[in-house]
Amino acid sequence: MNVAELRAKPSWRSVKSHLMTGLMGLALLVVLAPLVSVLWSISSRGLGIVTSAFPAFFTAEIPQISRAAGPGMGPAIVGTLMVTLGATLVAVPLGVLGAIYLHEYGRAGKFARLVRFMATVMTGVPSIVMGLFVYVMWTLRFGYSAFGGSLALACLMLPIVIASTEQMLRLVPDHLREAAYALGTTKSRTILTVVLPAALPGIVSGSLLAVARAAGETAPLLFALGLGATAYNAHFFDGINTALSQQIFVNATSSFAGAQERAWGAALTLVVLAFSFSVVARVFVHARRR
Amino acid sequence: MVAESIQAARTVAPPRVRPTLTTVPDAAPTVFDLTDVEVFYGSFRAVRGVTMAIHKNQITAFIGPSGCGKTTVLRAFNRMHDTTPGARVAGKLRYHGVDLYDPEVSAVEVRRRIGMVFQKPNPVPKSIYDNIAFGPRVNGVRERGKLDAIVETSLRSAALWDEVKDRLSASALGLSGGQQQRLCIARTIAVEPEVVLMDEPCSALDPIATARIEELMRELKSRFTIVIVTHNMQQAARVSDRTAFFSTELDSATERRTGTLVEYDATAKIFSNPGDQRTENYITGRFG
Ligand SMILES: Nc1ncnc2c1ncn2[C@@H]1O[C@H](COP(=O)(O)OP(=O)(O)OP(=O)(O)O)[C@@H](O)[C@H]1O
Ligand SMILES: [Mg+2]
Repeated sequence: MNVAELRAKPSWRSVKSHLMTGLMGLALLVVLAPLVSVLWSISSRGLGIVTSAFPAFFTAEIPQISRAAGPGMGPAIVGTLMVTLGATLVAVPLGVLGAIYLHEYGRAGKFARLVRFMATVMTGVPSIVMGLFVYVMWTLRFGYSAFGGSLALACLMLPIVIASTEQMLRLVPDHLREAAYALGTTKSRTILTVVLPAALPGIVSGSLLAVARAAGETAPLLFALGLGATAYNAHFFDGINTALSQQIFVNATSSFAGAQERAWGAALTLVVLAFSFSVVARVFVHARRR
Repeated sequence: MVAESIQAARTVAPPRVRPTLTTVPDAAPTVFDLTDVEVFYGSFRAVRGVTMAIHKNQITAFIGPSGCGKTTVLRAFNRMHDTTPGARVAGKLRYHGVDLYDPEVSAVEVRRRIGMVFQKPNPVPKSIYDNIAFGPRVNGVRERGKLDAIVETSLRSAALWDEVKDRLSASALGLSGGQQQRLCIARTIAVEPEVVLMDEPCSALDPIATARIEELMRELKSRFTIVIVTHNMQQAARVSDRTAFFSTELDSATERRTGTLVEYDATAKIFSNPGDQRTENYITGRFG
């Protein structure tokens, strides 16, 4: 016996295998190329404006005259945080409870099937329609506010949270539930002490996906927050507000160089913000696991 | 006339074997009393005609070919079927004279008294300590000192204490399969049930771990009533006082195989002088 005998023989199969590996590598590049180029252009053009006016870009109010060059984006950052946090507080508890109902109680019942179907339909509703809905139901009655923006984003997040949470609950093996039941644990307590902790990492990352998606939404916010806010507005339930996505839209479509610069800065800020959300959540999930 | 008798032969089920209990002291009080218990999954009748009595502080073994409904019957004892959509238990299953399936009876209360160890060890993804303390906590034990004591005695009873006493706060998922199964036994006895149901508790274990668990069962017998499903006939012969042999037969109505209790007797009798040919075939390995 020598090594040559055990060496892989050249064959059509190994050729195919190499070919496929090559194709997969190519596909990876195709997927990565736009991602890298987006990140590259945002950071190369945004970093300049952000660093040239370092903390001011994050803290100063937005120039009232959009022709003016210079910082900042403070109110939009606060607005995005407020609106997103509000939407998360509305959509995540509701969505998780809804998913618990669907998977642990409703199962294949008529009502559960209907709710599941509606949630699926809701996923397909364009965000601008959701914005319009909140505009009619809330904004026209109670005026512009960050909360209106939160409501619109919550409507967009809700079906994502429901679907991803239900998926995660489905992944919790039944033998874990049985372990608790066999000890004389009630259903509700089993869900609280065994099912939810086991599904938590998945629920957090699913919710985070929804948050990240919502944070970048623009159209519904145009309706709900009002246009033209340049100053800080810490009132959650009252008064026009602004958000990074909205500022990106407004400033990038402006014909003034100063405004366009600010749009790049705002875009970079938004990307970093969304990224740090997910880092925080991952750290949290990791800490809980141990 | 001939056609009639053929017809009769087709529809009449084989005679049901009524348990004739011998040798083992009958004086032991009855814990479970089953009369014509049937279990359905949807419209499929998985088991029929189970009539038997389970006695206090004895080990009762269920043996029989795969798919004959041993697990199905066992899960009927602590109302585990309540959690399976479509599953339904018919007939009378009395626990100390109380019909377990009476609408007034709560499955949660039943399971506090009748614990279960599953075929696949299923510790919850928490620490070793929290796995054992889970049941007592559910029952309202809050004091740390009391919980500590319960955890220690339960782990000692399950012959696991010495192996894990230094890492009680480590995840239970880091234990070996045999240790996990003993953890599950410890978890079950931590709530002081009256009955412990075990579904093939040793099927994933090596002979040494199996021997330990068998030893454990013999020790626990004085405190608990044990029902164990096993595929290991030597195990049934070694540990049990009574043995129930289940098998399948063709259900003439649905053309599907339904499990049934063939013979139930003292273990010594079942393994030396079974009353039914099918039992004899099975235990001598001549099962088709
Ligand atoms: N959840 C279920 N839904 C439908 N049918 C089931 C379900 N569980 C078991 N069955 C059926 O009921 C019958 C008895 O199954 P059971 O699991 O009780 O057999 P068993 O004797 O425990 O077998 P094994 O020795 O392989 O564990 C089988 O025909 C099985 O396919
Ligand atoms: Mg089984």
